[in-house]
Amino acid sequence: MTDVASPSAPDAAMSHADGKTPPTAEIPVVVAPVRAPELIGGPPPGAATIEAIDACAWFGDHLVLEGVSLVMPAGQVTALIGPSGCGKSTFLRLLNRMHELIPGAAMDGEVLLDGSDIYGSKMRAQQVRTRIGMVFQKPNPFPAMSVRDNVLSGLKLARIGCSDKDSLVEASLQRAGLWKEVRDRLGQPGGALSGGQQQRLCIARSLAVSPNVLLMDEPCSALDPTSTRRIEETIAELRDLVTIVIVTHNMQQAYRVSDTCAFFLAGENSPGFIVEQGPTSKIFGSPDDARTLDYVEGRFG
Amino acid sequence: MSSLSLCWLIFSVLTDGVGWFGFFLVAYVAFLVLFYIATYDRLGRLAAVDRTVTVAVTSAMILVAIPLVSVVAYVLVKGLPALRPGFFTHTQRGVLPSEPASAGGGLHAIVGTIEQVGIALLISLPLGVMTAVFLNESRSKLRRSVRIFTDAMSGMPSIVSGLFIYATLIIPLARDNAIFGFDGIMASLALSVTMMPTICRSVEVVLRLVPAGLREAGLALGSSRARVVWSVVLPTASSGLATGAILGIAREAGETAPLLFTAFGYNLMNANPLKGPQESLPLFIYRFIRQPLESSIQRGFAGALVLMVLILSLFAIARILGRDRTRARRVRRFGPARAVASVVHHDRERP
Repeated sequence: MTDVASPSAPDAAMSHADGKTPPTAEIPVVVAPVRAPELIGGPPPGAATIEAIDACAWFGDHLVLEGVSLVMPAGQVTALIGPSGCGKSTFLRLLNRMHELIPGAAMDGEVLLDGSDIYGSKMRAQQVRTRIGMVFQKPNPFPAMSVRDNVLSGLKLARIGCSDKDSLVEASLQRAGLWKEVRDRLGQPGGALSGGQQQRLCIARSLAVSPNVLLMDEPCSALDPTSTRRIEETIAELRDLVTIVIVTHNMQQAYRVSDTCAFFLAGENSPGFIVEQGPTSKIFGSPDDARTLDYVEGRFG
Repeated sequence: MSSLSLCWLIFSVLTDGVGWFGFFLVAYVAFLVLFYIATYDRLGRLAAVDRTVTVAVTSAMILVAIPLVSVVAYVLVKGLPALRPGFFTHTQRGVLPSEPASAGGGLHAIVGTIEQVGIALLISLPLGVMTAVFLNESRSKLRRSVRIFTDAMSGMPSIVSGLFIYATLIIPLARDNAIFGFDGIMASLALSVTMMPTICRSVEVVLRLVPAGLREAGLALGSSRARVVWSVVLPTASSGLATGAILGIAREAGETAPLLFTAFGYNLMNANPLKGPQESLPLFIYRFIRQPLESSIQRGFAGALVLMVLILSLFAIARILGRDRTRARRVRRFGPARAVASVVHHDRERP
């Protein structure tokens, strides 16, 4: 699917390094949302349901995650909460096959993306990762690229073609809530932005390839409260476009942004598992399990 | 002062004929002891130990710097009188050995050095970078043995690489094909044998500094490993790659041994690296300095001066190019990886 891009696409992506700004001066205060142009060879459109069935994960001989089954419905925000070291991030990395990049890592179980197993023999890891984007804990824009090239880097790296790069850049940055701040600075290096802006640039970069699912691994833990609020607003706006799975240590954040919630826990020397999952209002309001109640009320963890 | 006089007393009374070296050695030890006693008397034990060690370390530094400074100064004093602008525009064409050193020049040697080192760089930069990428980015089991191999290669005496080219290419093939005679390209091959591990090691260090988060970000966007290396890792490390290349050039420009039986040396201009013996700056020095005439020796020193200035300026360029990376490294130790580019950038913007 990702291989049918036109051969000239990567070169074209590099040749627009100067970052032309589309004429936006005459547009009044409210910027009209730009429709993202069609991608050639990108993922199928729309949000997708992702489901883990009895997933287990190992690092070497060490079992860190056991029997995790979780449905993350399309077009919703799912929050993974739990204390440190309970396997939330590992679970997240299972969902887009980033887990297997760590030497000695292994997994078992199934992860279904709209019903097809991403670990199945028909799926290639690169294909899976194009459909399931990821935002990391630390903002990591590519320092050698401009803001514009950072947004377009996914096209170049995954060999996806696009007819109208300028409007793709604008649409992606608008969706990430960054367009107004950087539209005059598209040619500057991505590392010149502030931390919060860098993180939103990384979100825009992930969105540019129009993934079906977006995984976020504690996206706000390195940011200040204002930037955190902007990211949360961005998440709320993205809800309709893409399924979001977010790992967070911040319970208020999970409460604010998510529709469904899963509470992970790991005992001493025993692997992580899901204690309870369900609608966010239920998890935070009247959870079934006493441990969930203790955790969401801040009595441990 | 007192130690000198004390020492003179000891020496004149006890010995004669130990020589100046023994005199200074004993004088130095006596000086340290007296210095310790004097400070002890005035400031106490702690200060005395502190100052004595400071003095000892400082004088050790001076001792180490003496040879370096004297080499530079000696070449400067001997080479500068013979160095005329003509050195950069003339060859040794029609210059008799008996003429003064300011006649003729080393243009042919400079051209030869540039060609040989340039071709060697063209050969060994891609190979060195590819090896470094293999060592740092792949997960092959061969990495360990390749690393040992490059380390061993960088420790290899450079004359062996010249000998290697001489024995494997020049001796068996020179009779049938002019390219494999004594010429510049053979010198380039010999140089690249020693240059490749140098470049490989310095590039590997720089690649290791590229934050792992960037590679993960690339892979998470659906890229293959090879594309991540090409589009993300190498551009991020580009200033470090330039530094590695220049350090490689600077080291190879001064190599004499690999050239002895590859480029062979030549008194006239030979700009064609594919045919006929070629001069280079180290060979120019080597050949002239062995000759008995004063003017020839002076020519050699002029060449040495040019070579030294050339290498010094290359190192300076490498330092300037590498500064960005060292600064980024300092930042990364304290903060998250994202600071790499931003801090460099802010520093430049700030007046």
